Amino acid sequence: MSQDGRRKRESAHGGGITRRDLFRGAGAVAAAGAVLGPAAAAFAEEAGAGVKTQGPGPVALSLQVNGEARKVSCEPRETLLDVLRLPLDLTGPKRACDRGSCGACTVLLDGQPVNACMVLAVDAEGHKVTTVEGLAKGEGKAVVDAFVARDALQCGFCTPGMVTSCAAAVATHGVGLTIEQARAATAGNLCRCGTYPHVLQAALDAAKLAARKG
Amino acid sequence: MATEKTTIKIGTGDSLREVTIEHDALDPAPWGADAKLTWVGRDVPRVDGFAKASGAAKYSYDAYRPNMAFARVLRSPHAHARVKSVDVEDAKKLPGVLQVEILAGEHRELTYAGAPIAAVCADTEARLDDALAAIRVEYEVLPCVVDATDGLADASPRVDAKRPNASEPRGRPRGDADKAMASAPVKVSGEYRTSVQTHVALEPHGSVAEFDAEGNLTIWCSTQATGSVQNDMAQMLGIPGSKVRVLTEFMGGGFGCKFGPDLCDRTAVKMAKAVGRPVQCMNDRREEHLTGGNRPDSVQRLTLGATKEGDFLAITGEAYGTPGNGSGGSDAANTALYDIPNQKVTQRAVSTHTAIGRAFRAPGHPQGVFALESLVDELAFALGMDPLELRRRNDKHPLRTLEWPVGAQRIDWAKQRRKVPGSDKGPVKRGIGCAGGVWGNFGGGSWRIDLSVGRDGSVVVQSAVQDIGTGTKTVLAILVAEELGIAPSAVTVRIGDTRFPPGPGSGGSVTAVSVGPAAREAGLRAKEGVAAVAAKAWGCKPEEVSFEAGQVKGPGGKSAPFATACAGLPPEGLSVSGQRRGHYKEEFSGTNGGVQFAQVAVDVETGVVKVEKVVAVHDCGRVVDALTARNQVNGGVIQGISYALFEERRLDKAQGDMVNPTYDSYRICGMADCPEIDVVFLDGSNGKNNVGLMGLGEPATVPTAAAVANAVFNATGARVREIPMTPPRVLAALAAAKGGAK
Repeated sequence: MSQDGRRKRESAHGGGITRRDLFRGAGAVAAAGAVLGPAAAAFAEEAGAGVKTQGPGPVALSLQVNGEARKVSCEPRETLLDVLRLPLDLTGPKRACDRGSCGACTVLLDGQPVNACMVLAVDAEGHKVTTVEGLAKGEGKAVVDAFVARDALQCGFCTPGMVTSCAAAVATHGVGLTIEQARAATAGNLCRCGTYPHVLQAALDAAKLAARKG
Repeated sequence: MATEKTTIKIGTGDSLREVTIEHDALDPAPWGADAKLTWVGRDVPRVDGFAKASGAAKYSYDAYRPNMAFARVLRSPHAHARVKSVDVEDAKKLPGVLQVEILAGEHRELTYAGAPIAAVCADTEARLDDALAAIRVEYEVLPCVVDATDGLADASPRVDAKRPNASEPRGRPRGDADKAMASAPVKVSGEYRTSVQTHVALEPHGSVAEFDAEGNLTIWCSTQATGSVQNDMAQMLGIPGSKVRVLTEFMGGGFGCKFGPDLCDRTAVKMAKAVGRPVQCMNDRREEHLTGGNRPDSVQRLTLGATKEGDFLAITGEAYGTPGNGSGGSDAANTALYDIPNQKVTQRAVSTHTAIGRAFRAPGHPQGVFALESLVDELAFALGMDPLELRRRNDKHPLRTLEWPVGAQRIDWAKQRRKVPGSDKGPVKRGIGCAGGVWGNFGGGSWRIDLSVGRDGSVVVQSAVQDIGTGTKTVLAILVAEELGIAPSAVTVRIGDTRFPPGPGSGGSVTAVSVGPAAREAGLRAKEGVAAVAAKAWGCKPEEVSFEAGQVKGPGGKSAPFATACAGLPPEGLSVSGQRRGHYKEEFSGTNGGVQFAQVAVDVETGVVKVEKVVAVHDCGRVVDALTARNQVNGGVIQGISYALFEERRLDKAQGDMVNPTYDSYRICGMADCPEIDVVFLDGSNGKNNVGLMGLGEPATVPTAAAVANAVFNATGARVREIPMTPPRVLAALAAAKGGAK
């Protein structure tokens, strides 16, 4: 699965480690044959650098979501996806695998696509979060329109993630978006209905539409 | 019943036949293949596309109700075990835990990994996780059998103590297969294997259930059959169906695994009743893989006998597969395609300690066609014949006979087929292959569609039918719009609510066939109603009023926008309905055909198969929406590629648990695996109903795996007889071919 466009982030949280970073570390270490050792050490090292401990009870968070400041209370173990969906009722991002393997929960974090199920809500503080609902009302409208015109969806459950990944690709590459770039941008979004060919067409159309609207 | 006769042409392209259809006088006159239609058959964007693409559509998983609690089921990690004890006391004491129920108590025998042990309800999901982790279960682990071949042995641990795991061989013999085979001049044999495929729709099974103060249940359920869920829930609760409302406006995929309510749906309801709050209970991905449904695997040993000219004489053999801990439904449809005069193929179901199989898009067909169409290819090679010519010689299907040449031309069969398989130079070798499919022309029932027209011209269509992603809302909108001469986007379609007239379950490719003709009739009734009002205003006869491009027109150049004409309706507007009438006797074909051609590139050093192009030629009688229909065929092809190359449920034989119950370890076709797909329809009318349509969803996935396997042979000269065609299997087949193995 492509990690294209999924950039490494610094935590806004005084250097806490994200679920994503932890798994990345664990994967690298497992390959070297010593499970979790250095990753746990990195965790401890960072925690030792004067970071406040949070949880296990609920903590108050202030998130920037679709251009609005939203205050929520959640346990530190809760993912950004769960906080977006339940207290904030932004159910565009879907929970289909809850382990970063299907892309149905894709949201933009400072404009970059991430799997919201792999980001802790506490780590999203201080970052701009954009969901498909936000994109549909603004910068991603051309992508949504192209998805409708090309019928780039069937059951629609993967569609918000697809739209979000395509919107990021269109924003990055603009009118010059190539079919290879569109493919790479959506390589992490699984669709069980098999809408991929129409998704590709929609992404390319959207790049042209977005350019026209300027 | 008053009847009328209408003479129309049925068929497709140049293959038309005139028939006179006697139909119910209330039924709109059937459209012939040459009917001039405005919206039907065009590319119409789906009417709920924006809701889905913008994230506004609310699925069952998204039905967050005020004060909602969460439930989940604790499941067995052992395929075969007896429960020694279940200790839920610690779980009950945890904060936020509202209810804990033991589902499998002491001494209960469990027969699959994923079998339910206990259900928990808590006020948050995080606390629900804690509670599930706090339940302690002691198992007496029993010997299990999870592989169909292992289960054939009499000594294999029994799933049901009262009977052997393997059923008696069953079959539908035809002619004298043994005699015909004995005297057949040419025979080829092969053993073909297919894996267990899990449905894994993106939205898992699950529901949100809520009771009101009077005991009425509302359930947001991810289902393919709102009516079945309503009935089953009413029965479970011992209340009338009228007190159960099922809502499924949007659902995230089913493919055959979501008909009746599943355990999680029932758990949501039971917990909601017990705790007096709305409760959500959705499967997680692991539960979905383990228990949410699967296509049984198959081992098929077949022999095909033919004349030296290539006429099929006989097919014999045996097949078996596992339906999980059930006892049937695993037969491979390996004789359905050609009209072979002598047949003797037996089928056995082998029960194993795995979760029960379920209907999966064209049950039995992709596996059966993989075996049969591979075998036909092997016969062509043995005869030194072009495999397409061999098929055309034996195929008498009224639609496939038209489809083979279309597909051959689109893939450039004459040029692209390697006359000598595996003759490309270099490590990446290309080739093409083809296969056919068949599917029944199902659909039926007297389903009703309600339609209302307001004085402002608003048109609302209502049915409890659900849309599993095929575009049912849009099909209804188009058919009503066609009658009323307005745009499909001007029709509001409300579905997936059991307060509306009951709708059929979506399985067997029946949805559009079952509700489409009723929608057309409802549209016609509305048209008659508005025409009567316009005729009165204009002083003409109703039959002089026509509907076109959003205008209502009368004699002498009279014309009014549809909404203006509707202003003459009485204050209550117009409420009409349409019903599906029975099948007509006249039809062009009793079954759907479908042929596919695949082009692959095989890296013979790594064993990686890449499907580069698929030409899919299908028929569904009349195409109602060309855009969504193409999308659906694309989807069938892509699921077929996924089945051919990637999907395989892997079980640990000792414990019987699934070792790849995630989307990253159980691979499904992704964007990067997706080829260019060229979809061609034989459009027209099949007769049978007033629209002339048949189903489409299932046939599109039937031939793909076989076409890919045949293309792999053409590219490499190596026959891969087991799917998924993973690199190790491809390399093994290459090594066998190189070693001169037969």
